[in-house]
Amino acid sequence: MHRFTGADRALALLILALAGVGFLILVGPVVVVLVTSFTSSRALQFPPPGFTLQWYRDLFDAERSAQIHVAAGNSLLVAVLTAVVATSLSTAAALAIARSRATWSKVAEGAFMAPLVLPGIAFGLAALMFFSWLRQPPSLALLVAGHAMIAAPFALRTVGASAAGLDPALLESSAALGAGPWRTFRRVTLPLIMPGVAAGAFLAFVSSLDNVPVSLFLSSAQTDMLPIRLWGMMETALDVRVAAASGVLVALAFVLLLAMDRAVGLARRMSG
Amino acid sequence: MAEGGIWRLALPLAVAQMLFFAAPLLLLAATSVATDENLRDWSLRAWRDTLGDGFHIESVLNTLRLGALTVLATALLAVPLALVHLVAGPALRRVILIAAVLPLLTSVVVRTFAWIVILGREGVINATLIGMGVVTAPVPLLQTEHGLIIALTQIEMPLMLLPLLAALARIDPALLDASASLGGSLARTLWKVVLPMALPGLIAGATLVFASASTAFISQGVIGGGRLNYLPALVWQNAMVVFDWPLAAAMAITLMGSVLMVAGALSLLGQRASHA
Repeated sequence: MHRFTGADRALALLILALAGVGFLILVGPVVVVLVTSFTSSRALQFPPPGFTLQWYRDLFDAERSAQIHVAAGNSLLVAVLTAVVATSLSTAAALAIARSRATWSKVAEGAFMAPLVLPGIAFGLAALMFFSWLRQPPSLALLVAGHAMIAAPFALRTVGASAAGLDPALLESSAALGAGPWRTFRRVTLPLIMPGVAAGAFLAFVSSLDNVPVSLFLSSAQTDMLPIRLWGMMETALDVRVAAASGVLVALAFVLLLAMDRAVGLARRMSG
Repeated sequence: MAEGGIWRLALPLAVAQMLFFAAPLLLLAATSVATDENLRDWSLRAWRDTLGDGFHIESVLNTLRLGALTVLATALLAVPLALVHLVAGPALRRVILIAAVLPLLTSVVVRTFAWIVILGREGVINATLIGMGVVTAPVPLLQTEHGLIIALTQIEMPLMLLPLLAALARIDPALLDASASLGGSLARTLWKVVLPMALPGLIAGATLVFASASTAFISQGVIGGGRLNYLPALVWQNAMVVFDWPLAAAMAITLMGSVLMVAGALSLLGQRASHA
């Protein structure tokens, strides 16, 4: 066992205290949002003076919250399509990179990851300029194209991690047994890399659902997106429906996270 | 498929990125040196406005400082959390991991909204301070830089914590015991054994946090408020309100250049550290 000196003990205590603050700051705000969403007050008091379901009723009211519902529908549709597009493109690319030993694959991987570091605002503006130069009116398809560029690196990383563990001998024996490339992919490769593909699709979906910088420039009154609509509600008036909407989003994220974690160990995959 | 033809599988993503990522960025660069958004003629006016104007230079520096301070704040809390994760049992490890991932999966808008509730006049912090008798009137926290940094610390922390956890996962706990049994103090063990292993994660985290915090448009605007000027808000205003696209483009490229320079410097630092 470690023999702790006084200085060691002080340092250990300091580390524990900072870790405690870190944990509190990570989890606290989520709890605060959930509690606030049940407040009976019109002001954002904390702790709330009383509790009601009023804001959730308002939020789900088809008439009063019609715009929010349209925006939520658009966001969900774009997120699903983005996940499909980004994951398909990234899965193919990740297989190529994993199976090639050539230098190009290192260079390509670096280039494919670039959207992760580039400021989203700059890319959002660039995309707006590009599509208006092509005379394309705002549409959900353009939003999918923009979101997919930002989401692809997430899927590339998780699929890449799975594909790196693929045993080439398995694929060769499948080919030797007479299976074509497509059959090998469906029956051998895909089942083996499925955890990475599922985690990648999930991350792509979440990154699109949460995207602000691209939607900020590419969405319009007809193609309103949920984060942009909620931002507008926060900027103009203090609308407590934002708290209820946040509550729904937190619950959705938590359910999805637990489901994915059970299925493929997502948390481990994201940190590894 | 033969080894020689495998590169074709990377083609769809490469083409999509050229078309929808690289081409727009080229157009952005071209627009920044044009007289207007139709590229009728070339002009350096937008760049003179961006780099020759005290107000704009100040917002560039504000943005860089915000990114740097957020990196420091997230590192200060994420490193201890990662250390606790390193020595914790499986149950606590799982709790820390979920705490790290949960904010990442709750929308940025939700996280920003949470901080309005926490930092507001009747929010958690002011209610606590007044309740404890520390202050008699609410302290202004919204629309201040330190309020914004506190909020961004939570909003960006997963980006620092996850790479750190990944880097530290490679440490063999036996190594720590060995260092301790050889008489190394805790500080010495951390400095000589843990820090070198954590450095790649720390640098990856710093890069991601810096890039994300300096471009966090909604948090900067809603929590920082109108009195603090950051580049993303100026890019948005010039593009969508003023419709001065060349100026917006020049500012977006300035933001991009600053972030890439910091990312490059960090990665250089990482290479030097790993060779030392």
